[in-house]
Amino acid sequence: MSSSSNEEIRRYAPERSNVDDKEVLAPATKQANIKLSIRKVNAWFGKKHAVKDVSLDVKENSVTAFIGPSGCGKTTLLRCINRMHEMTPGGKSDGKVVLDGLNIYDKSSDPAIIKRRIGMVFQKPNPFPTMSIYDNVAAGLKLNGVRDKKLIHDIVEQSLVEAALWEEVKNELHMPGMGLSGGQQQRLCIARALAMQPEILLMDEPTSALDPIASSKIEELVQHLKEHLTIIIVTHNMQQAARVSEYTAFMYIGELIEYDQTKDLFKNPHKELTEKYISGRFG
Amino acid sequence: MNNDNEHKEGQEKISKEKSLNTSINYRQVFDDISSKYTSRRRITNKVVSIVAIVFVIGAIIPLGSILLEVIKNGIAVISIQFLTQPPGSIGSGSGGIGPAIQGTLITVGLASLIGAPIGILSGIYLSEYAPAGSAKGGRERAISFFANTIRLFNDVLTGLPSIVIGIVGYVTIVLAINSFSVWAGAFALSIIMIPIISRVTEETLKLVPNSLREAGYSLGISKSKITLFIVLKNAKDGVLTGVILAISRIAGETAPLIMTILGTSLFFTSLTGPVDALPLRIWRLASQPYESAHAFGWGAALVLILMILILSASLRIIARGRGIKVRTETI
Ligand SMILES: Nc1ncnc2c1ncn2[C@@H]1O[C@H](COP(=O)(O)OP(=O)(O)OP(=O)(O)O)[C@@H](O)[C@H]1O
Ligand SMILES: [Mg+2]
Repeated sequence: MSSSSNEEIRRYAPERSNVDDKEVLAPATKQANIKLSIRKVNAWFGKKHAVKDVSLDVKENSVTAFIGPSGCGKTTLLRCINRMHEMTPGGKSDGKVVLDGLNIYDKSSDPAIIKRRIGMVFQKPNPFPTMSIYDNVAAGLKLNGVRDKKLIHDIVEQSLVEAALWEEVKNELHMPGMGLSGGQQQRLCIARALAMQPEILLMDEPTSALDPIASSKIEELVQHLKEHLTIIIVTHNMQQAARVSEYTAFMYIGELIEYDQTKDLFKNPHKELTEKYISGRFG
Repeated sequence: MNNDNEHKEGQEKISKEKSLNTSINYRQVFDDISSKYTSRRRITNKVVSIVAIVFVIGAIIPLGSILLEVIKNGIAVISIQFLTQPPGSIGSGSGGIGPAIQGTLITVGLASLIGAPIGILSGIYLSEYAPAGSAKGGRERAISFFANTIRLFNDVLTGLPSIVIGIVGYVTIVLAINSFSVWAGAFALSIIMIPIISRVTEETLKLVPNSLREAGYSLGISKSKITLFIVLKNAKDGVLTGVILAISRIAGETAPLIMTILGTSLFFTSLTGPVDALPLRIWRLASQPYESAHAFGWGAALVLILMILILSASLRIIARGRGIKVRTETI
């Protein structure tokens, strides 16, 4: 166990962040390459306190993993980052989530625009059942009022390429999205999210419904995607967290217990709880 | 056990493939258990399917015999003239039911134009915009109270005898404009439609998985567009079924029409005047003391049934033709 001041610093991990609470909205975040700062975020379902006072910084063009036992609030925290949590019945939250110096919970920020900047991929693949592969990817653009057919076409192709699905579907773009395999459906959902050109991609256990081969495809994809966007991934699979992420946050019963570079957290955890969890002694 | 040989072969195969060296022969245990239960399960299965088939036949017999009876008695009178001519003089056995077909199409069409949008919108409101369950804030509680009141009214309206709705049409429109009219009939029929469509729409929309709405939100799409282009589109078939159900129901209504459109042997002239309708015509024909009138009545009944069948079939075909068929096994 290290000293308490050491632990305090680790809670904000990237680069052992020198960005303090007051500077979150200031240019300091830019210099430290911090894309997103979460400060004292709490979330509730009715009276149930699901996320407690979580603060962490997320580095640009990196992959950050949230791990922790079932029910510890990973999904809820993730859904606070794109203002999805408040849409669940009974869902409330407070605290700051600062994206490039803008608090997404400010009165002036539009939840719809936040969601376009921060995309999301869900645990179970959920393509729109009535739509073709093409329309699934185009849906976000079309329903947000983009009319330019050529532009839509280019973005659909580019998104499918980025999601490593293009080669498999380029000849059947007008087939229903539901006709694809589970892994393909999940990559379709990733393409659908990418079509909005998000800056951050939130992925909630994106591979938990998939077989190992489909999962490794997605993991590979994550490695490519981080070159131009920032990824936060929730996973139950410790090997996966170790393989894909640079930073890992360990949560337990709503609290952020430890946050550090992935290799340090797995090799040299500072908290007993973390050590217990990653060595598989509970959870 | 009659398949001892197969059994042995199976065992050998397993031991060859995996060389199971366990002390318990799992396959034996499994076979014992399954043979014990298989015969009982087979019998239960048989009994249940037979009972189900008997009940299905029981339900089909009255329906089928009515249909057969209508066809048998009605088919003979059907001709171009029967479908297009106004009724001849009473008891003459000449003329047709042209005005009744025309009147039904106009009244039911107008009622659907009023009732279907209101019913669908109301169903959308109840399913998508009125928070269900535990509402916290004052505003939310007010909305949910409002929604529950609508639901209650829907249920009451569905159970109301249609003649009462006819009287409402009579009092509010017929007396007001001092004439039986198409408007009054369409109004009364639309009131019968609205609660049916609203209920079916609400229930169907609620079946659309929430993950689709969330997928829509996560793309920054507005709620109204998600509701229209994702939720409603997914529930299209169910909503359409509701509309067809409601149309079929009102197409056969007689009581409210007596109080509103009255019935006439002339073709349609204006929306503010009386018009004929098939159920009314059937009722009139049936109450005349002539064989020829009864035969016409059967013919009119057959036409009404066919119209409803054709309508629902064509609505379904139109709906199928658009958009993509979904592979059901993947949902
Ligand atoms: N819709 C909801 N209503 C009420 N409570 C909820 C709801 N969703 C989650 N919770 C509760 O909030 C807590 C955190 O849930 P959350 O889904 O964030 O956990 P998680 O870490 O994502 O778990 P898992 O690994 O199983 O997905 C849990 O205790 C859960 O019971
Ligand atoms: Mg979760």
